[in-house]
Amino acid sequence: MTVPWAPEAPPQTQPITQNDDVVRSRQQVRTFAQQCGLSLVEQTKFITAASELARNTLVYGGGGEMRAGLVERHGRRGVAAVFADSGPGIPDTDLALTDGWTSGGGLGLGLSGARRLVDEFFLDTEVDRGTTVTIVKWAR
Amino acid sequence: MELLSIDQERVTAEWIDGVSRSLQGRISKAEVDRELRELYGALVDGLRAGDEDARGDGFSEVRALLTELSRNRARQGFTPSETAISVLALKQALEPALRNGSAEDTTAYLRLARILDDLALLTIEAYTRTREQIISSQASQLMELSTPVVKLWDGVIAVPLVGTLDSARTQVVMEKLLQALVDTGSEQAIIDITGVPAVDTQVAQHLLKTVVAARLMGAECTISGIRPQIAQTIVALGIEFGDIVTKASLADALQHALRRSGVDLVTRQDGGR
Ligand SMILES: Nc1ncnc2c1ncn2[C@@H]1O[C@H](COP(=O)(O)OP(=O)(O)OP(=O)(O)O)[C@@H](O)[C@H]1O
Ligand SMILES: [Mg+2]
Repeated sequence: MTVPWAPEAPPQTQPITQNDDVVRSRQQVRTFAQQCGLSLVEQTKFITAASELARNTLVYGGGGEMRAGLVERHGRRGVAAVFADSGPGIPDTDLALTDGWTSGGGLGLGLSGARRLVDEFFLDTEVDRGTTVTIVKWAR
Repeated sequence: MELLSIDQERVTAEWIDGVSRSLQGRISKAEVDRELRELYGALVDGLRAGDEDARGDGFSEVRALLTELSRNRARQGFTPSETAISVLALKQALEPALRNGSAEDTTAYLRLARILDDLALLTIEAYTRTREQIISSQASQLMELSTPVVKLWDGVIAVPLVGTLDSARTQVVMEKLLQALVDTGSEQAIIDITGVPAVDTQVAQHLLKTVVAARLMGAECTISGIRPQIAQTIVALGIEFGDIVTKASLADALQHALRRSGVDLVTRQDGGR
C-alpha cells in the first residue's frame, strides 16, 4: 500500500518505544485529523484506532514507529497513519482480526475494532519480519 | 596544584565574582563565597593527592560538594549552565596567571582544565538527576490531585476522571475509589468520564475491572459522561459494558444512584416557590 501523502506536508515520524509514546502518537494524529477537517466523531474514531495500533506496536511488536500525516486522492483530503514494527509478526491474521481474540490479556478488540473505525485498513505482516498497519480516514 | 596555591586569594576572589555575576544575585554572595571556598579547599586536596581523574578517589570530596551544589541549584530553578558555571568560572579565573606563567604552568593548567571539564559534566549529571526526580514526584502528585473522590450524597460517591487514563493512573483511581467506598460506607459509585478524550480498549478494560472490584465489595458503579462521539466509538470498537449502567450526564447518574439507594426525589407541587 503506497500512502498518497499530501504533497505540501510531509508525514511525521513518531517512535513508539514506551507508554508515553502511545499518548504522543494520539496527540499527533489528533492534530492531523483536525487539520483535514474531520468531524468530532470521525476524529475521535480515528484517534482511538491510532491508539489501539500504537499500543499493539508497543506491546506485541516490541516497539516501532508511527508515520502520520495528511493524504490526498482525487482532490479529497484525509488523514493516514502507518504503524510499523519488526517484531514477531502475526501468524494467523484472520484469527487476530476476530473480535475477542487475544494472545495477551486484552479484550481482543483493538485490531478488529480499529478496522471498523476507519475508512481504509491494510494489514501487512510476516512471521519473524514484523507488522505494518496502515489506516486512512477521508473527510466528508 | 602550584597553580592553585600561588595566587590563591586573587583566584578565589575572581572565581566567586564570576559565579555571583552569572547568578545575578539570586544566591547571596556570602553563600557563593562559602560554597566555593569549601570547594576550592577540596580541589587543592584532591590535586595534592596526585589524582589525574575527576572520577578518582582523590576527588570524592569535590564530587560530593558539587553534587550537593547541583542539587540545590536544580531545586532553586537555576539552569544547567548556571550550575556548571560554578566549575567553569574557575578556569577563567586562572587564565591571567597563565599570561606571565612558565611552560610548566601551562601544562598544569591544561591538566587542571581537563579535570574541571569533567567536574562540570558531573554537575550537569547531578542537576539532571535532581530535575528528573522533581518531575517524577510532580507527576505522581498530579496523579493524586487529578483523581479526587467526592461524596455526592449519603451513600453515593463519584470520581470525575480527566485526561489520559494510563495503567498507573487507573490503578490510583481504582484504589482511591475502593478505599472511599469503605471509608464512607457507600454502596453507589459514579465514574464520570466527561473529561476523558478517548476511550480505547485499554481504558475500557480498566473501567470494567474497577466496576468488578467495586461489585466484589458490594457496591454498584454507574459510568457517566459518555459523550456522543465516545458512544459511537465504543460501539464501533465492539466494547460491551454488559449490565453496567451508563448515563450521559453526571446528573442522570446521580438520580439513578439515589433511586437505587432508596432515596426518592420528588418535585414539589408548588414548583419550589
Ligand atoms: N503488531 C503486532 N505484532 C504481533 N502481533 C500482533 C500485533 N498486533 C496485534 N497482534 C496480535 O493480534 C492479537 C489481537 O490484537 P488486538 O489489538 O485485537 O487485541 P489485544 O491487543 O490482545 O487486546 P485489546 O482489545 O486490548 O487491543 C493480539 O493479541 C496479538 O496476538
Ligand atoms: Mg490491542
